[in-house]
Amino acid sequence: MQDWIHLRIRRQDGPETPAYWQEFRLPYAPDQNVVSVLMRLREHPVTIEGTWVEPVAWDSNCMEEVCGSCAMSINGVPRPSCSALIDDLAQPILLEPLPKFPVVRDLLVDRSRMDTGLSRVKAWIEIDGAWDIHEGAPRISPAEWSENYLYSRCMSCGCCMAACPQYGSHSDFIGPAPLAQVRLMNAHPTGRYDKTDRLHRIMATGGLSDCGNAQNCVRVCPKAIPLTTAIGELGRQTTLQALKDLFGRG
Amino acid sequence: MTAAPKAIVIGGGLGGLWAALRIADAGCQVRLFSLFEVKRSHSVCAQGGINAVLDTKGERDSIRQHIVDTIKGGEYLANQPPIKSMCESAPGLIRTFERMGVTFSRTPEGILDQRLFGGVKNRRTCFAGASTGQQLLYGVDQQVRRLESQGRIEKHEWWEFLSLLLDEDGICRGITAMDLRSLEIRAFPAEAVVMATGGFGQIYAPKTTTSTNCTGAAASRCYQQGARFANAEFFQFHPTAMIGTDKTRLMSEAARGEGGRIWVPRNPDDARPPHSIPESERFYILEEFFPSYGNTVARDEASRAIWRVTRQMGLGIGGSDRVYLDLTHLDRGFVSKRLGAILDIYRKFAGTDPLSQPMEIFPAAHYPMGGLWVDFEPDASGGMRPGSLRNHATSILGLYACGECDYAYHGANRLGANSLLSASFSGRVAGESATNYLKGLARATAEPSERILTEEVERQTAINRRLMESDGSENPYRLHRELGELMTSKVGVVRANPELEMALAELQTLRARLGSASLGNSRAWANQTLSFTRQLGDMIELAMVVARSALERDECRGAHYKSDFQIRIPEGKFPGDPEYEDYRARWKANNDRWLKTSVAEWRPDGPAIRYEAVDLGVYPPTDPRDYR
Repeated sequence: MQDWIHLRIRRQDGPETPAYWQEFRLPYAPDQNVVSVLMRLREHPVTIEGTWVEPVAWDSNCMEEVCGSCAMSINGVPRPSCSALIDDLAQPILLEPLPKFPVVRDLLVDRSRMDTGLSRVKAWIEIDGAWDIHEGAPRISPAEWSENYLYSRCMSCGCCMAACPQYGSHSDFIGPAPLAQVRLMNAHPTGRYDKTDRLHRIMATGGLSDCGNAQNCVRVCPKAIPLTTAIGELGRQTTLQALKDLFGRG
Repeated sequence: MTAAPKAIVIGGGLGGLWAALRIADAGCQVRLFSLFEVKRSHSVCAQGGINAVLDTKGERDSIRQHIVDTIKGGEYLANQPPIKSMCESAPGLIRTFERMGVTFSRTPEGILDQRLFGGVKNRRTCFAGASTGQQLLYGVDQQVRRLESQGRIEKHEWWEFLSLLLDEDGICRGITAMDLRSLEIRAFPAEAVVMATGGFGQIYAPKTTTSTNCTGAAASRCYQQGARFANAEFFQFHPTAMIGTDKTRLMSEAARGEGGRIWVPRNPDDARPPHSIPESERFYILEEFFPSYGNTVARDEASRAIWRVTRQMGLGIGGSDRVYLDLTHLDRGFVSKRLGAILDIYRKFAGTDPLSQPMEIFPAAHYPMGGLWVDFEPDASGGMRPGSLRNHATSILGLYACGECDYAYHGANRLGANSLLSASFSGRVAGESATNYLKGLARATAEPSERILTEEVERQTAINRRLMESDGSENPYRLHRELGELMTSKVGVVRANPELEMALAELQTLRARLGSASLGNSRAWANQTLSFTRQLGDMIELAMVVARSALERDECRGAHYKSDFQIRIPEGKFPGDPEYEDYRARWKANNDRWLKTSVAEWRPDGPAIRYEAVDLGVYPPTDPRDYR
């Protein structure tokens, strides 16, 4: 049994300021995860050298791994911090902001580019309005439902984007999460009506063809979403679409 | 009028997004404020489902029965016209969600499946795997993004609502809000404002199943500016939440339903691992207290029994706030099949396997039935008149409220799977009311005077400045922990007047101590301590409303339990027996006295409570609840 929880945290005061490291040591307690330790730390933010510092900024909300807020890099792996149990982590525990996203402060990052991606691919179903039209959507078989459901649990935590070598400030690549939503929307019985438009959007610059097939995304997804399967399916859909475009049968 | 009138929606959970959609669909411009990206709102945490009578299970389910179940579940404390309209609208809401692409679970024929949920006899609950709230929220989130791309909704994520802009007549004319990064405070004039800011479980932290952002600060700020707050004493506690120091996570009632047993070692100092404690040395709490129901006793009874054993008898595991919820005696295959999702949650967050080791649980604050007081206009059918601008209007003109931050649908206790329904329905209604209010405004839509804007921005800026410069001795996060402990132990599952009096006095002390809080965080950029400290002050104000309302209500109703005022059904007696009829008369007299909405108004020295009649026009109470 360890006596301490030893943290090394990469800190940054603002988007334009240089990053620096600080170390903290808290008395060991059972039933802890990274969020609960950060909560304890902010009550007494004193470094290993005994210096009182400003509390660490980070993001969390549901702490049940459904809201996606608390993703960060933990011992080099992008993952939600609420489900990162201290007893399972090698120490010192390295906490860094989620890679690839601009740092706001400390472990807080700006993931608005994920939202932009979802808008770009039209990740929604076109409806006439949010009122009752006295009928639902067409039926969906249980088998089709269970495949779709895998993708509908994406919580935009950004882990897949952080792990993707093609995604980042160096490229326009839209990243795996929005692509998987194209797969989901194109499978819906009325979402299909806009399939061509969505495919054209991911056939443009920064789209599907920028995927380098590293398969990191699927390995880090906390929800085990089959991202590479989605990307494979979209590959077939875009190939067909390109042929249709070529022969003028858009 | 050239520009479309402006509405503001605060909060991006189910209620807020529905309100925003409804307003934008009607052609009005909406600004949507949220503390974070809207899809991270607490609505995602609802797992179980959403009630709507579809009657697709051959059970002759009826909307009337849904209405009655909701009314009785809330022990008659909710106004009945809004409940009637909600239940009638539920099937249409489900169809709309389905068109949005929500991945509802399916029957073999490909239609929406429905399951059985607590407190009802028919299969009436639509669900989407084990993440219904998340799926519903994403459905409306996608629609909001669609309208945003057309410029009809403008999102302000990472902005915190600070206060209402009230004009000389006390009418709401907009808000002030703070950019959570730059800390800039700005006034946003608007003709109508909709609050959709969720519940306030954080006053019980960490013994709450709610998200860290469920502080109730936004609703509290409206209350402190004059909005009424109703039924605050009614807070639902969930008996089986897994222990955590950051929060307690819900373990579904299904665990008890499928055969889980709740027990503690008879000797609290017994340090042996649970499986080596022999049967004779185990205290099966619910089975001993409730021989006929055993472990499947109702939620509130279970919570109180666990409370009694841990806090009053001192028999929690190792003297702590913990009891075992044991599945290890059941067939492993059976449990895995029936409770797979729960087992996964427990394994993930506790790191142990409930199939080989009992889970450790405790009751946790789950859902406030109370919230901002809102109006409704009844119609001839007994429902809420569609389109009335009184529906979901708070006591401040121009200010609406919906979702968990209002008080409208759940009375003294909420029925399972009615929260996603009330959030969606009330969001749509509030959006509609706000739209009609905007369209019917008689006054010129000139912006409120510049003076109101600058004065309020200055007032808010001064609060920030004072906090940033304060160098007292109190740490706001530690004060929050004290608040949670105080509320859990004295204003929780079981209540008594002397303790409530003490709680109110201690809350006054906490309020005073917060005045000498030190942020230890002086940077004027993404300063989370600043925002949190402000929220904590608002949490303390709300906690006072809860404690004061609880103190004044001398009865047991729904989630509010004071053992000194319990009226028990005489054992072995039934209608017609003189003892039972005597009981019925006492029950009626109690209703005459207490079947009333409690309404709190802010005063500098603490909340003032008064009572208001409940509209019982649909299904008046004639018989006491009798689960025998």
